[in-house]
Amino acid sequence: MSLYPFFVWCNDTAVAATIRESVWLFPVIEVFHLLAMSLLGGALLIVDFRLLGVGLSNTSLRRLADETLVWWKTGLGVAVVSGVLLFLSEATKCYETPLFWWKLDLLGLAIVFTLFVRSRWTRRDDAAPSLTSRLVGATSIGLWLSVALAGRGIGFW
Amino acid sequence: MTLTTVLQWIEDTAWSTALRESIWAYPVVESSHVITLFVFLGLTMAMDARLLGFALTRVPVGDVMRRTLPWIRGAFAVMVVSGVLLFATTPVRFSENVFFLLKFAFLFLAGVNVWVFHRRLYPTVDTWGRGDRLPRGARIAGAVSLTMWIVIVATGRLIAYNWFE
Repeated sequence: MSLYPFFVWCNDTAVAATIRESVWLFPVIEVFHLLAMSLLGGALLIVDFRLLGVGLSNTSLRRLADETLVWWKTGLGVAVVSGVLLFLSEATKCYETPLFWWKLDLLGLAIVFTLFVRSRWTRRDDAAPSLTSRLVGATSIGLWLSVALAGRGIGFW
Repeated sequence: MTLTTVLQWIEDTAWSTALRESIWAYPVVESSHVITLFVFLGLTMAMDARLLGFALTRVPVGDVMRRTLPWIRGAFAVMVVSGVLLFATTPVRFSENVFFLLKFAFLFLAGVNVWVFHRRLYPTVDTWGRGDRLPRGARIAGAVSLTMWIVIVATGRLIAYNWFE
């Protein structure tokens, strides 16, 4: 079964048509998408640098993770909503762009990694960064940066 | 010799043409410029949110800034280099783009804010930078920075949509 009919349906929704026909809606949604990406980045990096042992070593990992979680969720929420809107407006184009599929795969991987793998390390309170915690921090940064990179790539296709 | 002459000369150089017409280099430079926001603006937002008392309130401001500033500076350097390269591909068109000019006005204001903050407040950060209720000046600096960068991202993104040409 192909997903293509679903993408055509997305492309034909009223929301998609409104965004396509407006001169300024797409750029404005893009701005929100970029700002949300930055917010998400900040919330992640504060914790990832701590995991890597290069930042805020006076503060407990658990506390940093607790305080940044709400910002991570907000950034992700706004990015997903604005991302879905951008996608709808060019759904059939996305279907044919390998980078779009890469981005979705990487995003799924990054979310699962953050919620189920990285969170096991950030719940710990012991201060000293280990080889494993460094690996977790580096993987998190790598994964999320590739999501962003693949996303930017969609526009060049 | 006018500014346009200089810009036209940049545009006519071999490396400007090469970058403009390249299949890979241009997207790579443009992507670096945008993706570095993840680090630069992300950490700047974290710092501003701390100054405003929105986040990381149990961490002293001095700790947050000492740890984030080197990364913010490094990422800003990447943004400047990639930004200059992007500008150099079509300098004449950029100089006539209203969003580009607005972006630079706001960048200038953001720079003034950084300068004032680092001159007047940052040297004594360890005396005032604890708790969630910070001095008025620090909160203003955080609010100005956050607002400026949001507007800079918005005007920057809109440069690509030349509605007024």
